[in-house]
Parts: sequence; C-alpha cells; structure tokens
Amino acid sequence: MITCLADTLFPRAGQATVTVLEHLGCDVVFPAEQTCCGQMHGNTGYRDDGLGLARRACRVFADAERVVCPSASCVGWLRETAPMLAAAAGDDALVAELRGLAPRMRELTELIIDDLGVEDVGASFPHTVTYHPTCHSLRGLHLGERPVRLLRAVRGLQLVPLPSAEECCGFGGTFALKNADVSMAMLADKVRCVGDSGAEVATAVDGSCLMQIGGALSRQRTGVRTMHLAEILAARE
Amino acid sequence: MSEGFPQAARAALADTQLRRNLAGATATIRARRAAAVAECDDWQELRDAAEAIKTRTMARLPELLEMLETRVTEAGGTVHWARDAAEANAAVAAVAAAHGADEVIKVKSIATDEIGLNEALAARGVRAFETDLAELINQLGDDWSSHILVPAIHRNRSEIRRLFARTIAKGRPLTDAPEELAEAARVYLRERFLSVPMAVSGANFAIAETGAVCVVESEGNGRMCTTLPRVLVTVMGIEKLLPRWRDLEVFLQILPRSATGEPMSPYTSLWTGVHPGDGPEEFHLVILDNGRTDVLADELGRQALHCIRCSACLNVCPVYTRVGGHAYGSVYPGPIGAILTPQLKGLHAAPTLPFASTLCGACLEVCPVKIDIPSVLVHLRGRVVRETRGRVTREGVMMAAVAKAFGSRRRYERAQRLARLGHGPLADQVMGRWTAMRDLPEPPAQTFRSWWRERQG
Repeated sequence: MITCLADTLFPRAGQATVTVLEHLGCDVVFPAEQTCCGQMHGNTGYRDDGLGLARRACRVFADAERVVCPSASCVGWLRETAPMLAAAAGDDALVAELRGLAPRMRELTELIIDDLGVEDVGASFPHTVTYHPTCHSLRGLHLGERPVRLLRAVRGLQLVPLPSAEECCGFGGTFALKNADVSMAMLADKVRCVGDSGAEVATAVDGSCLMQIGGALSRQRTGVRTMHLAEILAARE
Repeated sequence: MSEGFPQAARAALADTQLRRNLAGATATIRARRAAAVAECDDWQELRDAAEAIKTRTMARLPELLEMLETRVTEAGGTVHWARDAAEANAAVAAVAAAHGADEVIKVKSIATDEIGLNEALAARGVRAFETDLAELINQLGDDWSSHILVPAIHRNRSEIRRLFARTIAKGRPLTDAPEELAEAARVYLRERFLSVPMAVSGANFAIAETGAVCVVESEGNGRMCTTLPRVLVTVMGIEKLLPRWRDLEVFLQILPRSATGEPMSPYTSLWTGVHPGDGPEEFHLVILDNGRTDVLADELGRQALHCIRCSACLNVCPVYTRVGGHAYGSVYPGPIGAILTPQLKGLHAAPTLPFASTLCGACLEVCPVKIDIPSVLVHLRGRVVRETRGRVTREGVMMAAVAKAFGSRRRYERAQRLARLGHGPLADQVMGRWTAMRDLPEPPAQTFRSWWRERQG
C-alpha cells in the first residue's frame, strides 16, 4: 500500500519501498485500485467518509498475503483507529473486514525485522543522518528500535541523536492547517533540534511528518534535507 | 468560549513571558514525574488497576453514590444532591446563610471553579478567600487558572512579587525569593484561617463503603480549612467516587507521582462526617452532576470521567506546553480539557477543542488511569462534525469532494493530475495555509503509480 501522499508527492519513498522489498526477495504487487486509506477524513471528524475509504482499502487488499505500507500513521489508522470508530458506529461488518486486514498489515520496518528477520538490507549511504521517531510509530505502533536497527546496519551511515526526539513535529494531519500557528511553534522547535543534531539528512517512517519538517528546513534554507527511511534503505551510494 | 482555540492560541503563542514561564515549569514537573514513576516497578500494573477500579465504579455509580450518602449521613454529615451549577451554588450559599457567614475560606477545588461558586457567593454577599497559594495569586490578580494542578503556572516569581506588593503586602519590602513570597501569603492567610467560620473544599476521592472524603495537597492550607472552621462544605463531582477504602492504596500511589512527582503528597487529609471536639462541627457534602450523567451516556467518551486531575497530560502535551491553559477557555485545559469540556458543557460550547491536538499520544502514555485521549478526541471530532455543524460548510464541501475523488481509481487519478497542476480538491486541501510558513516540494516528474505502470510495461 503506497499512501496517497507518497503516490502523488513523494513517489521516491514508494519506489524505494519496492526496491528494498524486491531486494529482500518479496514478490511485490501494487494494486492500482488503491487510493487513500481514509485516515485524513477519519481523524478530522468525517467518520463515515473515512470508514468508507477504509472499507475500500480492505477490499483492494483482500487477497494479499501481507500488506506493507511505508507510513506508521496509515497503518495505525487501519489497524486501530478505524476499527474503534467502526465499532462505535455499529458497523460490525466493517469491524470484521478490518479485523481480517489487521493481522496481515505491516508498517515497512515491522515487515523487514519481524517477518523477514533482516537488519542489514545491504544499503550504503555515506551521510550523517538523524532519526525522528514519529508519534504514530513511537506511541501508536510501538515500533521501538526497529527503524534505528535498520539504520545502524547501513554502510557508511553516521547516525546522530536528535535532541527531544520524541516530541511531535506539529503536523497532525489537518491540525497543521486548522491550528497552523501552534503547528508552526512545534515545528520551529523540531527544526532547531534537527539543526542541533548536526545531521545532513533527517529521516522518519512517515512521509507526512517529513513533509512538515522538510517544508520548514527548505523554507529556512538550512541545508538539511529529509528522506523517508525506505529511501535510505534502498540507497547504494 | 468567545473565540475558538486557534485564535486564542495564536495570541498566547505571541506572549513571550508566558512561553518562557510555561516551558520552564512544565519541563521541571515532567522530569520530576518521570523520575517518580521510574521508581515503581509495578507502575503499569498500578495503571491497569486504577483503570479497572474506575471502570467498575462507573458501571455501579448510582448504587455506590447512594451508599456514600448513607455512610456520610450515618457519620453525622448532610448530603445535598445538585443536578447543575445553580443547585450546587444554592446549596453552599444556604449553608453560609444558615450560619450567618459572610466570608468563607476555600481549599483548591476545580469543581467549584467549574460551577462559578465564588461569583455565585459574591452575588449573595459572601466573600470567598482562596487559600491555595496559586489560587490566591489568581484571585488577587483577577486572573484565572491556567493549569489543573499549578493554577498560576503562567506567572513567574517577579510577576507574583509585583502582584503581592500592590495587594496583600502593601508597603512591605519584598524580593523574588520564594520564601519571602510564601511568607507574605502565609501572614495574610493565617488571619483568615483563624477568623473565618466556614470552609469550602473539593474532593479528590470519596469512599462509598465508609463515607470518607479525601483531599490531597502540598501546602497544608487545605488542612487548615478542613480542620479549623466550624462548618465544612465539600463539593464533589459524582465521578470522584471509589467503592472501597482499600482502593486508595492504588490512587494514593498514582496521583502524587503523576501530579507533583512525589511518592506521597505532603498532606493527605481524610475525614468521615463529624466528630465532637475534633474538627468541624458540621459537615455538608454536595454531590454534583452538572453534565456528568450525559457524559456517561457516551460509551467511548465516558472514560474522560475517570480523570483524577493529576495534570500529567498537560505537562507532556506539545500543544499545552506552548499555548498554556487560557487558550482552552475552560477550567479544564490541556488534553483532558479538550475531551472533558466539550462533553460537560456541550459540543456547541467548545467545538474547536477536540481539534486542538496533533493526536501525538503523549497524554495517553502518561495518564495514570489510561484514558485513551487520542481516541476520544477523534470520536468527538466526528460528533462535532455530525452534531454541531450546518448541513453545508466550506470544509464539509471540500472533504466530501476529496472523499469522492478517493472513492474511485479513475477520479483519484484525475485529481492527482489536477493536484500536480495546483488545482482541484487535493491541491486545495494540501496547500491552503501550508505554504504561508513552509515550502511544498516541487511536484515530482511522475507519480508513483505512473512509474509502476511504466515499469510493468
């Protein structure tokens, strides 16, 4: 599952996901019927629209052995939030469909570490990198050390710690637009911490948070760029 | 609320003194809490136990409340049932009137802030003196609480020194030293403790099986209020109940560690009815609903009533720690306020609060009773959209258009093409206020799906 955001604006994250998985021997299929998982609608209060899109995702991926997605927040939405809202809405059929999807659904680093049992994906990326644990990956999916273990195995990569790493970057989906001022106050602190880390590249497992952080890094001409974790894992520099 | 959260937050963000005071104070409490929690090997088990006790209590609330009434009455107290703020205020005022009291001293209590007790008493000619230091600071400054536990967190020492110098310590030399500021407040408050005949408190807990009421505090001023005056009135929300005495074992561990980062609060006061020659001669317990029964009717939202007002969620919230409590426009600020206020006061009264969060989950992680605040926020957002808005809003039209675009592959791919040209529903949603402060990446040469299509040949 390639998120609508990656499909439209950050295709390199999607391409890198395919590259890494194929390198690890997976048979990758991209069902072109997929659109959006419904997270934005669901989290913004448009429950029925969000659940409609979640139902659509269940059906598009009904036959897949594993459904892997390079976004912790989209995975969290389909595995946890959508079933909670569907149950509250009394939609038992959808709850059942989502329960059918959940055990097959993986965030990218879960698939690589838990299912494939791999830490060294063969990547080489001779740059200084800092890792931002996104809220949905850290407190939602509890990915723990998985992304960092993968980064540590990348040849040439120097991983530097991000100060106050566990603080939210201020994206929060439509929060970034509805509460743009608070979002920017949070982002200002995150960007300062990225700068303080001394990294050349900031990475994470959620394209949306990277769009937020990268948007400010670029606006401020900091000379630091963002890359999705998948792009680093696919790198052969 | 006169204005929405985004507007109030915008103003708060520009207050540099507030930003500095808040960032410093919340970081200090956050570190203390983390250290106090790390001392407990069984912290997660304590949280599970607290959650289970609260869930069981809510399921049996009517029966347990009646048990509490019976026990308090047997112990010589008087119970008053209050459906709303007006009834609760009238009950307190009636006790004051019966004793001819024109002054009352108060223990820190958010429930009495919620019902506007001080103003209601003032309207009847009764002056209420706050005795909690921070509440006193707010009262003297004609200000209001911005934090559940530390109501004057938005003030620093210098601001408090200036306030005292023009109010309770007029003409006396005063520096920013905490000891001197505390002494000025102590001198002022001791006169009140010794002269005012009636006190009003809130309650942290009330025990159904014994009729005991519990107040936890740091200064001892609360204990002065609950022991010195002849008459004591306690106002408690119905959700403060615990079934058994031994349930305190769990809550007296999790509350102080979550709130102030201490293993135990300096003062834990417990009293049951009245005892001749020991403490107040008369005790009244006002049991307050004020919207809580309505909250219980919402299966997902009702967990907000499990809150024990530790305020750990405020101190870790990336939104609260930057904007402070006043932007929430309610006596219950921060993440818990964002789910409690709209439920207690009605969604119409606070429609922007459920959106005042990035859903980052830091609140759930620290909540000692495991309230799933992010899930309740998402649930309440849905209720705001469904229950409070007109049929047609600009956002609603846009979201419907995007949902429609996402509803089929053909429409989605068309919307993608439009978005790449900077038009259409996707572009409208994504760009909007975004580019005011951040760059958007250049649209890529091709979408992922067109790359995939080419690759498949």
